[in-house]
Amino acid sequence: MSVSNNKPSHFVMPEQEALADQAYRFFHSEFFEMNAEMDDTDELPASVFPTLGKMGYLGLNVPTEYGGAGLDFTSACVITEELSRVSAAIGLTHVAHDNLCVNNIYRNASEEMRKKYLPGLCDGTLIGALGLTEPGAGSDALGSMKTTARKDGDDYILNGTKIFITNGPIADIVLVYAKTAPEKGAKGITAFIVETTTPGFKVAQKLNKMGFRGSPTGELVFDECCVPAKNIVGKLDGGVAVTMSGLDLERAIVCFNAMGIARRALDISIEYAKTRQQFGKPIANFQMVQAMLADMYTEIEVARSLAFRTVAMCEGLEEGEGGHGEVHKLTAAAIFKAAAATSFVLDKAVQIHGGSGYMRDTEVNRLYRTGRVLEVGAGTQEVRKLIISGELLKN
Amino acid sequence: MNDQTSPSSSDIAAIKANYALSDDQRAILDHVERVAREVLHPLQAEMDATEYWPADLFAKMGELGLLGITAPVELGGSGMDEFTQALVTEVITKWNPAVGLSHGAHDNLCLNNLLRNGTGAQKAKYVPGLCAGTIVGALGLTEPGAGSDALGGMATTAVREGGEYVLNGTKLFITNGPIADLVLVYAKTDKSKGTKGISAFLVETNTPGFKVAQKLDKMGFRGSPTGELVFEDCRIPAENLVGEENTGVSIVMSGLDLERAMVASMCVGMAERALELALEYAQLREQFGKPISRFQMMQSKLAEIYVDVESARAMSYRALAACVGLPKGGGGRGEIHKLTAASVHYAAEAFNRAVTSACHIHGGSGYMQDTEINRLYRANKLLEIGAGTSEVRKIIIAEELLRG
Repeated sequence: MSVSNNKPSHFVMPEQEALADQAYRFFHSEFFEMNAEMDDTDELPASVFPTLGKMGYLGLNVPTEYGGAGLDFTSACVITEELSRVSAAIGLTHVAHDNLCVNNIYRNASEEMRKKYLPGLCDGTLIGALGLTEPGAGSDALGSMKTTARKDGDDYILNGTKIFITNGPIADIVLVYAKTAPEKGAKGITAFIVETTTPGFKVAQKLNKMGFRGSPTGELVFDECCVPAKNIVGKLDGGVAVTMSGLDLERAIVCFNAMGIARRALDISIEYAKTRQQFGKPIANFQMVQAMLADMYTEIEVARSLAFRTVAMCEGLEEGEGGHGEVHKLTAAAIFKAAAATSFVLDKAVQIHGGSGYMRDTEVNRLYRTGRVLEVGAGTQEVRKLIISGELLKN
Repeated sequence: MNDQTSPSSSDIAAIKANYALSDDQRAILDHVERVAREVLHPLQAEMDATEYWPADLFAKMGELGLLGITAPVELGGSGMDEFTQALVTEVITKWNPAVGLSHGAHDNLCLNNLLRNGTGAQKAKYVPGLCAGTIVGALGLTEPGAGSDALGGMATTAVREGGEYVLNGTKLFITNGPIADLVLVYAKTDKSKGTKGISAFLVETNTPGFKVAQKLDKMGFRGSPTGELVFEDCRIPAENLVGEENTGVSIVMSGLDLERAMVASMCVGMAERALELALEYAQLREQFGKPISRFQMMQSKLAEIYVDVESARAMSYRALAACVGLPKGGGGRGEIHKLTAASVHYAAEAFNRAVTSACHIHGGSGYMQDTEINRLYRANKLLEIGAGTSEVRKIIIAEELLRG
């Protein structure tokens, strides 16, 4: 994992290199062995969050005064990539907690809310999730949102259903979007912090996924669920700004979930191609296999280059920024590319592994089943293209 | 644990740094952008129609400061690094692909190679003229029987006789060959040593025994003259040897890494232009009572072109950043070899996809030879062939991945 010495020095940031190296070794020793059982049982071991918290891998972008790691966004992305190389499922659960929930609360919530929730979220005693998608609101997440929050004195009463919520079944805290002024359409949405012990909150079901198994995904129901008004994140009816700027960051960091998965797939494909013998020699000696490996490497490094560029642009994105313009277009492009590249890489990885790659209990098959959703979650490829073309055709 | 893929946190600084251009780089690019649009873009149609190269164009580019980007100021150059040179290439190629190709062959393949590997006397003799555009440069590697296997299949020989070398052989598909004053030529000085018996020479094209056998008729990049060069007992002084005898392979391999990084920039420039043309057309062209840009199928194509342009750009900048400061004889192996091969491999295929979609968006008009989009479309195929075919690029990457 060292950087070759013939690289020009300005090509590497030593601190981040060291950070990644350390993270990889820790994650590998703690989590790698869990993968097979997580995939079998679709259960997240209870030790995962405390372990992450203990070593300072929660609240990556949260300042240390709230218990976070105080890292910049690029470092969070680098750590996400390393975690995903080791365990795709833990990588997903981590990003849902740390970026979607924790980082959003830090960026948009009141000081009181920050002080109340961030320390627990950063030490792993509280698990976070984010609730946006609904049964009838996928690509049209804002327009079709049906969940409502009705004012009642100092409280808001939430009613509705959220679906495909990562960490939903295990979360203590959910950042939930709901319509506070349905007549205003997308401009009538507000974000709330909901404690899952609140009466009226229910996990309706844990969902059975093809991949990322072990990262629990659920359907959440809010039935006259009463939340204090002070739990509003951002402004009343200002949820769109929170969600859109949050989504840009989510798209940027999820590129690295994808890259971690794709890099792992390439590594095990290289290993397999070198050891698997056919026609009296390793299959790596055949040009058709070499071509697949070369194309996999190229797709990964191209997607990573674009992702790093995008992340550099997100660095220092202010609260409420994003959701439009150059950063909106670029983050959509970066995740589009990362997801497409990962699908390509995983397909070739299974191809190189031959019949064994079709067996459910192989690592490559686990990765293959996992990758597909990257073209769907955090905006489908089609939504990403709509964003890009919308920006290109503006004016 | 296999860690053949690149180190994890790599390259962030490069990506950041290179999207924040320095004031000098910005000034040069603004100038090149203006000149390329105003002077080079209008030349496209005539150059394409007749494979015509304006006789004074190199001298004019010299006057405009487009030549010798990496040459020291005291020798008439701009004293910038290879990264800046690539940005210049990107912009020139965007506005006139044929000029971009000739410019690259002159400024990178010939001039930059000479700067990296030549003696002080050789540089003093040729670099000022190359920077002024009074000397036109080319590079001669490919032969009729030596394409992808350029080194192994090389048949051109150079035999030492006293204070001279005598060259015999044929070089094919040589950009600028028909108009060059100076050709950097590779030839075998010791056939018994295979690729370790190759040397590089500077050949002035007024030397007896040098001949342009034919000017070739290309599908695209028309106007940039491409030729077949023949050496028949062509005697050149021994001091025109570049580098040590029999070390041509390290010159060519390190030069090829830079060339590949530069060719990726050409692809980026052309792909960006294809996107601009497609966007413009999609917003103007009306069908079914509205601009075709309102249809999702067109939007999808435009978005995918954008992703290809920006992906290729990010990768190309990253590879270029790694090339800056590459030591003499460096490259031709390891991380940089793999990265530059991947950069050009991706950029060429991305450009192919981008220009194919852009041409498609133009409908029937994109099929007409005299449109700019059609010119770009015809230019495209070369990028997956020149400076190593896509297959050679993949062989390089696979070799590096499978090493160890």
